[in-house]
Amino acid sequence: MTLTKTLLASAATLGLMAGVAAAEPALIFDLGGKFDKSFNEAAYAGAERWKAETGGTYKELEMQSEAQREQALRRLAETGVNPIVMTGFAFGEVLNKIAGDYPDTKFVIIDTVVEQPNVQSNVFNEGEGSYLAGIMAANASKTGTVGFIGGMDVPLIHKFECGFRQGFLAAKPDGKVLVNYTGTTPAAWNDPVKGGELAKAQKSQGADVIYAAAGGTGIGVLQAAADEGILSIGVDSNQNHLHPGKVLTSVVKRVDNAVYDAFKAGEAVEPGVKVWDVKSDGVVVAMDDNNKPLVTPEMTAVVEDARTKIASGEIVVHDYMTDNTCPVD
Amino acid sequence: MDKMPKWVDVILTPVISLLLAAAISALVILAIGESPWEALKTMVTGALGSSYGWGFTLYYTTNFIFTGLAVAVAYHAALFNIGGEGQAGLGGLGVALVCLFIPWPHWTLALLGAMLGAAAFGAAWAYIPAILQAKRGSHIVITTIMFNFIAAALLNWALVRWLRPVGSMDPASANFPPSTHLPKISDIFARFGIEWGTHTPANVTFLIALLACVAVWLLIWRTRLGYEIRAFGKSETAARYAGISPVRITVITMLISGGLAGLMAINNVMGEAERLVLNSVEGAGFIGIAVALMGRNHPVGVLLAALLFGFLYQGGGELALWTSIPRELIIVIQALVILFTGALDNMVRMPLERFFTARRLRNRA
Repeated sequence: MTLTKTLLASAATLGLMAGVAAAEPALIFDLGGKFDKSFNEAAYAGAERWKAETGGTYKELEMQSEAQREQALRRLAETGVNPIVMTGFAFGEVLNKIAGDYPDTKFVIIDTVVEQPNVQSNVFNEGEGSYLAGIMAANASKTGTVGFIGGMDVPLIHKFECGFRQGFLAAKPDGKVLVNYTGTTPAAWNDPVKGGELAKAQKSQGADVIYAAAGGTGIGVLQAAADEGILSIGVDSNQNHLHPGKVLTSVVKRVDNAVYDAFKAGEAVEPGVKVWDVKSDGVVVAMDDNNKPLVTPEMTAVVEDARTKIASGEIVVHDYMTDNTCPVD
Repeated sequence: MDKMPKWVDVILTPVISLLLAAAISALVILAIGESPWEALKTMVTGALGSSYGWGFTLYYTTNFIFTGLAVAVAYHAALFNIGGEGQAGLGGLGVALVCLFIPWPHWTLALLGAMLGAAAFGAAWAYIPAILQAKRGSHIVITTIMFNFIAAALLNWALVRWLRPVGSMDPASANFPPSTHLPKISDIFARFGIEWGTHTPANVTFLIALLACVAVWLLIWRTRLGYEIRAFGKSETAARYAGISPVRITVITMLISGGLAGLMAINNVMGEAERLVLNSVEGAGFIGIAVALMGRNHPVGVLLAALLFGFLYQGGGELALWTSIPRELIIVIQALVILFTGALDNMVRMPLERFFTARRLRNRA
């Protein structure tokens, strides 16, 4: 965390530098923290990729409490950084409130839509990615029962769950999806022990593929599944390498690309809504050497088929967020 | 036994305790390779150095006054209410329902309605542990802390499945209508042409918190009920002998305590966020315990201790935002303050007592 020093130093030199160099971009991580092996870390990876390629520098902040959000955004905007990228829907309200006060600053938000002339909103269609994972799970499952383990019980995770169930049931209409959520407090994002217990409980009910959409809790799910000799599906970042040959695939959100693109565009970032879906390769199911032995040619064929159909609009994955319900309940 | 002068008791002792806590905190900061002087400077300028810092400090202070008073009132009846977190959370639900579903013509009326809602929901959440304690003897420490978790689950359900607008990603209620928005302290100053604390969350609730301090003082030391509460707290058997019903006092005290904790929601839910978010209390319920301990369960003490913790909270936030000292260290500093002023109080008090008694005896001789 060299931010402070950079910040203090730059605060002092800002007066001298003003107008000389192009403004630095900034990245704000949400409460989960920079190294959550998942969402925030993907954003960090994108920023680091930009840094390595361009040799530029950026500012970063980690959030600590709810009331700080506005404070941090305003102070950052006042230091002249541009654009300001923030990860997480929790910034939505605050950004909507303050964006108008800094018309010359561009803001980029990930995971929710903020309709302001100087804001770019990046939303991911996790449901579509989860749909593909559901199809793979249906193909890999021998028992006909698969599991879903969510982190905290919030709408975003219901979106994952709903897509997964739709995909699985489309390929195996008489199959069964077991659903568990880890908890109702933010601690549910980081409870690998409970994740492992839930995975074992689902296995005892017959599940042989378990999809974890649970942040740090998922690490425990993947571990328990590998120990119990069943398959798991990772989320957000590519987690196939955590247990080679035991993780069927990972539903990857290219948050890194979103951050990278925003940093690369700099002050010229396009305002508006940017949708990252299966069609634009914004959400993908990860295929690499680690899961190669698990993915049969037949499985590749059905997934590829579903992918093209989703991209062409032939298959429409119902989005939980549009009406807070899932058609396959 | 001779007593030490009053100023030593109420001023010198906590100040020395604070200095000790600060000294050890400084050592910890040194140990992680940062400058304690810079840290102190960041905290003081960040929290007290500008009207902007004060705006945040007073906002946090307001939260802590309510939760501190809640613990203090219960403490006078020898009840240890550590459920402030859940009661304040439920108070938030009360505020949200009042603000969302009743069309208020003006913020003053909305404020009164929301206060009723907040206090009623907070009190209701304290009522169940109170009844369990009074009738069944289930220990209030256990039940209130368990009720915090139930409150978290209930709020999660309410926000995810019920109050959340369709299509919103955020587990939060809709925004409250503008007629329920409370004036910020900055707005009040702006009316007189003074620019003070623009964009800070401190709002009129701070004044209500001050009134609550006065009300609690009147209640505890100037009313018959307050006398009964204190008598019950000092000795249950004596109170019973004097005709005070333990069930009645336990329940009433906990209702007042829960209501005070619930009132905090006026500040954070109605005053700041203007909607109900998940985890809106953010630990203020627990800090209230420290505030009450440090304030010796007296409203003035609670006010001062709340101000201190408001300073630590805002200064700590600044420290975490703008220096590389991690936020966890702020918790260490807060813990040290609690340790020295609460748990290790006698460590400072007893030598002082000995010193002053000895001096007085010498003077007399």
